[in-house]
Amino acid sequence: MHETVTKAPPAPVRPMAAARRPRLWPRFVILTVLAVAAAVLVLTWDIGPAPGTRGFWLIVNMRVVSVATIVIVAACQAVATVLFHTATSNRILTPSIMGFDALYVVMQTGLVFFFGADTLSRTDGLPKVVLQSLLMVGFATALYTWLFAGRRGDLHVMLLIGVVFGIGFGALSTFMQRLLTPSEFDILSARLFGNLSNSHKEYLPWAGLVVIVVLALVWQRRHRLDVLALGRETATNLGLHFKREIIVLLILTAVLISISTTLVGPMTFFGFIIATLSYQLVGSSRHWHVLPFAFLLGVVTLLGGYFVLRHVFYAAGLLSVIIEFAGGLFFLIYLLRKGSL
Amino acid sequence: MITVSGVTKVYGDTRVLGPIDLELPAGGITALVGPNGAGKSTLLTIMGRLIAPTAGRVTIAGRDVATTPGRELAKLLSILRQENHFITRLTVRDLVGFGRFPHSRGRLTAADHEQIDRAIAFLKLEEITDRYLDQLSGGQRQRAYVAMVLAQDTEYILLDEPLNNLDIRHAVSMMTQLRMAADELGKTIVIVVHDLNFAAAYADRIVVLNQGQVAHVGTPTEIMCPEVLTGVFETPFRITNHDGYPLAVYYR
Repeated sequence: MHETVTKAPPAPVRPMAAARRPRLWPRFVILTVLAVAAAVLVLTWDIGPAPGTRGFWLIVNMRVVSVATIVIVAACQAVATVLFHTATSNRILTPSIMGFDALYVVMQTGLVFFFGADTLSRTDGLPKVVLQSLLMVGFATALYTWLFAGRRGDLHVMLLIGVVFGIGFGALSTFMQRLLTPSEFDILSARLFGNLSNSHKEYLPWAGLVVIVVLALVWQRRHRLDVLALGRETATNLGLHFKREIIVLLILTAVLISISTTLVGPMTFFGFIIATLSYQLVGSSRHWHVLPFAFLLGVVTLLGGYFVLRHVFYAAGLLSVIIEFAGGLFFLIYLLRKGSL
Repeated sequence: MITVSGVTKVYGDTRVLGPIDLELPAGGITALVGPNGAGKSTLLTIMGRLIAPTAGRVTIAGRDVATTPGRELAKLLSILRQENHFITRLTVRDLVGFGRFPHSRGRLTAADHEQIDRAIAFLKLEEITDRYLDQLSGGQRQRAYVAMVLAQDTEYILLDEPLNNLDIRHAVSMMTQLRMAADELGKTIVIVVHDLNFAAAYADRIVVLNQGQVAHVGTPTEIMCPEVLTGVFETPFRITNHDGYPLAVYYR
């Protein structure tokens, strides 16, 4: 190998490579500006009291809760979906396929079914949120370690069983919902659509803290993620303990999704749209580009959508319904255009 | 030295490999040959710890591949499988750069870039370093994968059919380059090949596998004789001598 160096000087190769690389930072700058602009709009638009007065700041402070929720949800959904895609070497799955959302739905429905509709609000509080998150993460971890780290060790079997669990939870929820009184069902269904307005201030610091810890762990692994995306054989050849890394990734995904779900309810397609758009738009396959990009894109989309719905259509609660609708359409178009998984 | 002791691989009720006991000395090129389904690739992937054997163990330079930490093993041993599908879109240079991961953990240094350039030049990929893998022909892609493995710069290199998809010119140049890597850099290379004549012309040792067992081990001259080959491949062989190399003729 040493001989070839003299034969073919590689010096001119790299500057060319650098020149042909698309420059990435303008995209990040644009997205950051958009995100900040959207945040400022959401915070200050259409406030009665004049800017600078006490009333003005009071309302801004109230709106900070919504913005913080949106930022946390965007981070959770965007990062979790990208991690899930990398872990499964498949870009068409979303974490909800593993039955996360269905588990959340079955927990809420079960509460109403067994203890009555008023339990939902009576038990609200930090302990319930923590318990819910722990249950979801525990379920996921059990599934992953049992199926994936076990003797079979097959990712596809694990996904399939996740899907079956999801369907099972869904069927169980539907069954229980049939037996509820209409008013109970009404109260329940308000909980089952992702709703950015019914998040509670007191959970935010905790959720934020956990998300920051998880994101730090992810960031620390950004180079390993690039290698894991090459698949089991190449990653193993490059010295990674593939199974262990994947299980860690899936558990981190579970934590992020459970936080997002407990804050605002299920968001089936949001993460998928954001991740898929990011792969197309970011112009790099490196995780240290894709992850921040997806996060920013998620913030812009959610804040922008929230602003438009709240101040243009006066229908703030509907955001997740719109996202599901648009996301479903996008999913179909993407699938049809790509023609394969 | 690669030591394979008592290695078997069983799928369901079928034993596809073994038990195999084999010692390959350090240095030189060893070719694994044999008919379809003989277990060549299975043996190679077990040596490269990509699949675990049902029983038995493999040590490379005295280290058990099943228990040595992956990070250390990746600096000692590299393996390339036949089929590689990536969900990410990579340029040739990106891919070759991944070969440096065991050394730099993703933060490429100037020395890493030098290694990458060297591997790219070694496989004559300079023209296409910035092309994406999905825009390449099968042969170009194959060479890019091998370049990644060379950039990994390990003492032991295992290649599953490196001649796959290569035309005659590139197949010859691939074998010449592997020969150079073995002779000048002291690498120990194990390859699975289908073309017996390539094995005979470039390898130091040939291991013939048949029905999951080692049928013969020897130098090209020892292996390339009708008695050995006809029995294993169930095809009549004639061996001629071409400028000192044994040449197998079996086309008609």
